[in-house]
Amino acid sequence: MTSLPDRPAGAKKLGLVIDLDTCVGCQACATNCKEWNASGHSAPLPDFKPYSAGAEGVWFNRVHSYEAGEGEQGRTVHFPRSCLHCETPACVTVCPTGASYKRAEDGIVLVNAETCIGCGLCAWACPYGAREMDEDSGVMKKCTLCIDRIYNETIPEAQRQPACVITCPTRARHFGDLGDPDSAVSQLVARRGGQDLMPELGYGPVNKYLQPRERSSALTEAKPVEDAPTPMDIPNPLLRWMDRVLSR
Amino acid sequence: MNPAPSIVFFTTASGAGYGLLFWLGVLRPLGWGGGAASSLGATAVVLALALVTAGLLSSLAHLGNPQRAWRALSQWRSSWLSREGVAAVLTYPPALLFLLALWFGWPAVAAVAGPLAAAGAAATIYCTAMIYASIKPVRQWRHPLVVPGYFAMAAFSGAALLAALAAGWDAGRLLPVPAALAALGGLAAIGLKFAYWRAVDAGMPGPTRESATGLGAIGRVRPLDPPHTEQNYLLREMGFRVARKHAARLRQIALWAGFAAPAVLALLALAGAPAAPLLSLGALLALLGVLVERWLMFAEATHTVMLYYR
Repeated sequence: MTSLPDRPAGAKKLGLVIDLDTCVGCQACATNCKEWNASGHSAPLPDFKPYSAGAEGVWFNRVHSYEAGEGEQGRTVHFPRSCLHCETPACVTVCPTGASYKRAEDGIVLVNAETCIGCGLCAWACPYGAREMDEDSGVMKKCTLCIDRIYNETIPEAQRQPACVITCPTRARHFGDLGDPDSAVSQLVARRGGQDLMPELGYGPVNKYLQPRERSSALTEAKPVEDAPTPMDIPNPLLRWMDRVLSR
Repeated sequence: MNPAPSIVFFTTASGAGYGLLFWLGVLRPLGWGGGAASSLGATAVVLALALVTAGLLSSLAHLGNPQRAWRALSQWRSSWLSREGVAAVLTYPPALLFLLALWFGWPAVAAVAGPLAAAGAAATIYCTAMIYASIKPVRQWRHPLVVPGYFAMAAFSGAALLAALAAGWDAGRLLPVPAALAALGGLAAIGLKFAYWRAVDAGMPGPTRESATGLGAIGRVRPLDPPHTEQNYLLREMGFRVARKHAARLRQIALWAGFAAPAVLALLALAGAPAAPLLSLGALLALLGVLVERWLMFAEATHTVMLYYR
């Protein structure tokens, strides 16, 4: 059923919090996502022409890099993009077959590969580009929030996290229940002012992005030490002597 | 957005078919088409259903798993695509009954089945248009003129087909109504598309790269490194750019050759010029115009996911 489930306020909302301040754009999250999910719940994640020019494939996570701001405020920001497990996901309601659904118990958005007809309408309806077609088997694929890890009782409890989260070397990714205001991720979002992407479209994304921290003014106002010339920067010996005398 | 040939053909062919079915279903009970049994009417319904069926089959070619297409009839509560499928299937029984009534000359049956088939045709066109009009990430499809545009294209191409058929049967008596409708439809198509393209060109509000990344507080956001160096599904499906560079010329072709020329040809036929060749040419040009318009509808549409890319 592609009508959205009735979810009371305070219902579990599993999702990710991504810290753009600490992400270094290393692609480890994207790579480990591909590695786990190539044999996970939505397997396979096919690659096309993998060993020649034009290699491409299905990925659930893509890491972009941007320049933001001008001058001294300008900076490079690495930006991982994946499914945000929205509260009102149009990708679910547009699905004509019921293959696309939002789980009532934890809010995860999934695709049933047995009933998907591969019309691609859900990918059109997603503003974030979270869905990619598996053109081998003709069905849509997307992030499962590693549903086969987070509830997996055959792996140690500490590893019951999405593959992208557990592999991040700078701890820029956090996983938890964003429906519970007391959870560690909700606290983090409250402390750092976590943001929604494209809030104006009204999809209510569950995943939040933490913005790069403000630069301290001491950092932007400090002058590079090279600005102050040393005596050895003056090649003429007479001028060097005068500089030394006048500097006394 | 990528103008997939199967979808462009589908909306053009089935739109013309439903337009033809609509006009016949409405006009026949009003007394248009003369005698009890009508070979013209029956031929028109056969042509309409052939176009609709060809279009629907073509749309199946767009699917990754066409053998599962029947499942698409299940989610009519939430999905416009599902509603379109249901409306298309429900239009067949009254349309087929209408065909039998025209063939065997049962005016009472035709008076009921005709309007029912016309209502089904209009409902299907509305659902098709709403599939696009409900896609929030594509601002050009959210414009309020998109749904009227789909109706206008179907009404115009359907009337042009009906006028061409009528000219082949009994030009003097049957021609005026569909030829006048075709001329009016052409004018409506010109007006609607002209207004739509002006609105689209003036720029439409929508998400920006700053709101898509949430980085607007820092300043302007520019793409630095892409996440992948080769193509992917998103770039092929949502990042189509080829036809945009020909957009201005294609718009002129659609407006003048596709919409204005058939309207002028219909007026010439009304004024007494040889109707059959003029209106056949007019119907072909009308279909070509709608085809070009549909192509542009996709090629000129931009998706928010491209904000993340360069």
